[in-house]
Amino acid sequence: MELINQHTKRIMEGCKERAAAAGLRFEKESLEYIVTNRDLLELTPKLMIPTLYDYWVHEVEVLREKGRYELYPSNPYETVINTRPAISYYNDNNPDWLNVMIFYHVLAHIDFFQNNLYFRHTWDYDFTGQALSDKRMIAQLRSEKGRWVDYVIEFARGIDNLVGFHAELARLTRPEPSARSRMLDFYFDHFLQQGRRVKTANFIQEVERYNACRRESPDHGEQVFFAEVLRKYPEFDSLYKKSLETKAARRHDVMQFILERSEFLSKEKNRWMKPVVEVVRKTSLFFQPQIRTKIMNEGWASYWHEQLFLQDDRICGHEVDFARVHAGVTAMPRVGLNPYALGMRLFAHIKELAEKGRYSLDYRRLTDRRERERYDRQTGRGREFVFKVREDLNDFLFINTFVDQDFVDRYRLFVAGRRLNEGRGVWEIYVKSRSAVDYRAMLLSQLYHPPRVEVDRTRSENGELALVHRFEGKPLVRDFIANTLLGIEFLWGRPVTLETSEIVRTESAAAAPGPPGAQPPPPRERRAETTVWQRVRYTMKERKLTRDVI
Amino acid sequence: MDETLKRTERTRESEERLRRGREGEGAHHPPAPQPAAAGSAGGAFDRGPYAFHDLEALQHLAAMHPSAGANIRSLDELLERDRQREQDGFPRKINVGRLIKPGRSGRQKVVIVPTTVEEKLIHDTAVRSAEDASQGGSGEGEPGEVIGEQPVREEEQPGAAGPGQGEGGPHEMESNAYDLGRILTEKFQLPNLTDKGKKRSLTRISYDLTDRHRGFGQLLDKKATLRRIVETNLHLGNIPDVGRIDPSRFLVAPGDKVYRVLSPEKDYESQAMVFFLRDYSGSMEGQSTVLVVAQHVMIYSWLMYQYAMQVETRFILHDTEAKEVPDFYTYYNSKVAGGTQVASAYALVNEIVERDNIARDYNIYIFHGTDGDDWDRDGSQTIPQLRRMLAYANRVGVTIARHGRDEAQPTEVENYLRRSGLLEEKARLLRMDVMREDADEPRLIEGIKKLIAE
Repeated sequence: MELINQHTKRIMEGCKERAAAAGLRFEKESLEYIVTNRDLLELTPKLMIPTLYDYWVHEVEVLREKGRYELYPSNPYETVINTRPAISYYNDNNPDWLNVMIFYHVLAHIDFFQNNLYFRHTWDYDFTGQALSDKRMIAQLRSEKGRWVDYVIEFARGIDNLVGFHAELARLTRPEPSARSRMLDFYFDHFLQQGRRVKTANFIQEVERYNACRRESPDHGEQVFFAEVLRKYPEFDSLYKKSLETKAARRHDVMQFILERSEFLSKEKNRWMKPVVEVVRKTSLFFQPQIRTKIMNEGWASYWHEQLFLQDDRICGHEVDFARVHAGVTAMPRVGLNPYALGMRLFAHIKELAEKGRYSLDYRRLTDRRERERYDRQTGRGREFVFKVREDLNDFLFINTFVDQDFVDRYRLFVAGRRLNEGRGVWEIYVKSRSAVDYRAMLLSQLYHPPRVEVDRTRSENGELALVHRFEGKPLVRDFIANTLLGIEFLWGRPVTLETSEIVRTESAAAAPGPPGAQPPPPRERRAETTVWQRVRYTMKERKLTRDVI
Repeated sequence: MDETLKRTERTRESEERLRRGREGEGAHHPPAPQPAAAGSAGGAFDRGPYAFHDLEALQHLAAMHPSAGANIRSLDELLERDRQREQDGFPRKINVGRLIKPGRSGRQKVVIVPTTVEEKLIHDTAVRSAEDASQGGSGEGEPGEVIGEQPVREEEQPGAAGPGQGEGGPHEMESNAYDLGRILTEKFQLPNLTDKGKKRSLTRISYDLTDRHRGFGQLLDKKATLRRIVETNLHLGNIPDVGRIDPSRFLVAPGDKVYRVLSPEKDYESQAMVFFLRDYSGSMEGQSTVLVVAQHVMIYSWLMYQYAMQVETRFILHDTEAKEVPDFYTYYNSKVAGGTQVASAYALVNEIVERDNIARDYNIYIFHGTDGDDWDRDGSQTIPQLRRMLAYANRVGVTIARHGRDEAQPTEVENYLRRSGLLEEKARLLRMDVMREDADEPRLIEGIKKLIAE
C-alpha cells in the first residue's frame, strides 16, 4: 500500500475545499492509499482495517453467503473507513475525473461518519490506532497462551452481534440526570405506583405536595419533600439504592454481563481473557452503526458526488463519462435494492419536499388533492433539512419516516414478488404491490436486525446464566445454537440456558396454486398459513446440549 | 452448436447496440458489468441492499477471496489447529472438499475450498417460504404482472454443493484434488496405503507423430501419400496401364497428401487404476447423487495423494446400461436417466479390465455409489459379476445413500450383498457403507475410512 501521488492528492484537496464550501463538515486530514489486488486480499478479511487483530478464520473461506450479513454486520469492501484520519482506498489506474467523483463520494461518507449521531461513540478516538495496540496485545498473549487466545476470540465473536449498541449510544448522548431528580422519578414512577400501589387521588396529592414544597423554597423544596417521604416510608431509601444497582446492570449486554460477573474470567489464571473479549466487543461496536446506516450513507454519498461533480470546474469535458459511471452506480434496478440509488433519490426527494415546506402541519392538514400538488412555500430550508436528517436518523427511521406514497409513485417503485410456475419450472417475478406501506415493509424487512438476547437475572440461579431471546417472529438458526452456547459456557464457566421460540408446525390452509398462467391469486389469500410456535429452552452443561419444551 | 448460436446472437446484439450508438438515439449502456443481472430480472432477486459496496460499484475492484490454493500453506496450520480442537474438547470447525460454484462472475466453475463458519445466534431468514420473499423493484408494470423469470434450479446454486453444469471444471478439479487428498489424509487420518505395487510409472503422456491427417500436418508420410495418389488416379482413369506408370502425369488432389501429426499418447503405466461407478438412474436424483459424488471426489483426491498423482481413473455411469465417460467432470455432472441395473456397470468394469489387461500392472480400486435400488432384485446377475471383480480388485467399495422415505428397510443391493456372504468371505476386498440421505461431511469421511481401511 502506498499513498496516492502529489498530483492526485492536490485534486483531493481541491475537492475538500469545494465540499466544505457546499456545507459538508469533516476533519481536514485524510489518508488516501493505492491498493492492489494483493493488498485487498489482506485487507478484506480484516474489514479494510489494516491493523485489525489476526484471527485464523480470516484466512479461511467462509461459507454461508446467504446469512452473511446477519453473521458479519460489517462490509468488508468499503472504500473509506471511519478512522481518524479517515483512510480511503483507490485503484491505481483511475483517471483523474473518476478520482474526482470518488473523492466527493468519499468525502460525503466521511462527513456522514463524523456527523451522524449513530457514530457518536467512534468520534473520540482513532480506531486503527486502537486496533493496532489491541493487535499487539493479542499477539503478545498468543505467544504466552497459544491457541487458547484463539478460543477466547472465537467464543467472544460468537456473541459479538449481541452487543448493546443502542445502550452504548444512550450512555454517550443522554445527559446523566441529577441524583435528586432520579430519586424523584423512582418515587413517583416506581415506588408509588408499583411498590405501594397508591390510589390515583393519593398520587395526585403527593404531586401537589411536591409542587407546594417547590413553591415554598425552590432550592430546598425537594429535600423537604423527601424528608417527609422517609418519615412516612422508612424503607424507601434502601429500595431506591437497590433499584439504582439493578438499573445500571440491566443495561448490560450479554458480553458485558459475562465480563463483569463471570467467576471463571475473574480467576487469577484466566484474567487475561477479559481484555481479549473486550477487544472483540469494542470492534463489534465500532462496526455496528455502519450496517445500520447503509442506505443513508450510500445515498448521502451518491447524492453529493452527483451535486459536487457537476459543479466542479476542473473536469469539464468528462460529463458523459461521469454520466455513464454515475448511472451504473445509481440506476434503479428493475428488480433488487440498490442502496445508492434508493438513498440518493430519497435524499433528493426529502430536500425538495422540505424546500416546499411540505413537512409541516399545514400541509398535512390539507385534504384537497389539487392544493396539495400546488403546495409550495419556498422555504429555502431544504438543504438545512437534509443535513439534519443525515445527522439524526438511521436506515430504519429514514425509511420509516420518509418513504411515502409520493416517493413510491414518483420513481415508479414496487414490491416484487416471486411465485412458482410449475409448468415451466421457473420462478416468475411479478409486481406484487405499489403501495408505499408494502414497499416500506419490504425495505424494513431487509434491514439488518440481530436477535435480541438478554440475560435474565431473576432466573440465573446456582450460577447458571439464563439467556432469553425476545421473540420477534423469526426463530434463531438452530444449527448454530450448540456451538454458540458452548462458547458462552466456556466464558461463563457454568451451565448456560437459552430460551427461544421455535416452530412446532405450519398449518397450511392455502389452496393449491392455480394452473400456470391463470389469474394470479390475491396475495393476502395465499398466505392463509398459520405457524404454531412454542418456547423451548436449551441448556448447555459440560459441553452437552439438551433441549426441552417449556 | 448451442454455444455458437449464443455467440452469434451476442455479436448481433452488440452490433445492434453499436448501430444505435452511431445513429445517436442517446442510448448509453452502463459500462459497469451489472453483476448477476445478466439480462434477467431473476438474478437480482436475491440481492439485498448489503450486497452493494463501494469498491465494486465505484472502482470495479472485485471482491477478493483468497483462493484455496493460496491458502494451502497456512492450511496445514489450520488443520493442525483443528485436530488440536478435538483434543481440547471442542468440535472441529473446518470443512473441506465442498464443491462450490461461485455464480457471481457469471461463469460457473467447480472449485474445492476449505471452509468454516462462525456460529452466532442469528435470525433464521430461511423459515419464510421462498414464495413469501419480496424484493424492491422499479419501472413499469401493473400489480400482478409478470416482469421476469428465474430458473428454479438457480435457487440452490450460490455456494451450494452438488452437481451442475459449468465450464472450466476439469482443470480446477485436477489441480485441487491432490491438495484435498493431502488434507483428507492428514486431517482425518485416513490410512496410508501400504501396498503400492512394484511398478513405477514412467511417463504420463507422451507426444508422438503417430496420428495421420490428410491435407496438412507436420511431417509428410510419403509412402501413404503415394498410395493415395495412385488410388485417386486409378479412379480418375488416369492410369491406363498398371504395369507402366508414369508419375509425371499424376493429378494430385490436396486431400491426397497424408501427414503425420503430433498427438498425445497416454501411457497407462501408473500404479493404481480406480474405477468410479455411479448409479445415475432416475431414483438417484437429488441428495443421493450429491452425496455419492462428494464422496467420490474425496476418494479420488485421497488416491491422487496416495499415489503421488499417479492414479489412472476410469469413470462409469449406469442406469440399466453402463457407459464409460471420459473425465470426472462429465461423471460428476451427468444428469440422471432411466432405471437401474447394477450388474451392467460391473460387467463393463470386468470387460474393460480384461480387454486392456489391466489386472496385471495395476492396483485396482472400484468404488460404486448407488441408492440401493436394483431391478435385479436378488442379485442373480450382479453377484457373479462381483465375484469376477473381486478376483482381481484390491478393493471394492460400495456406498449406499439410502433415501429418507424407506429408511428402516434395507435396500435391494444391501440385501443381496449381505445374503451372498461376500462381505464376510472377502472382507479384505469388499466393503459396504450405508448412509442416510442427509449425511453430513464428517459422516462421508467416516464412510471413506470404512471403505478404504485395511
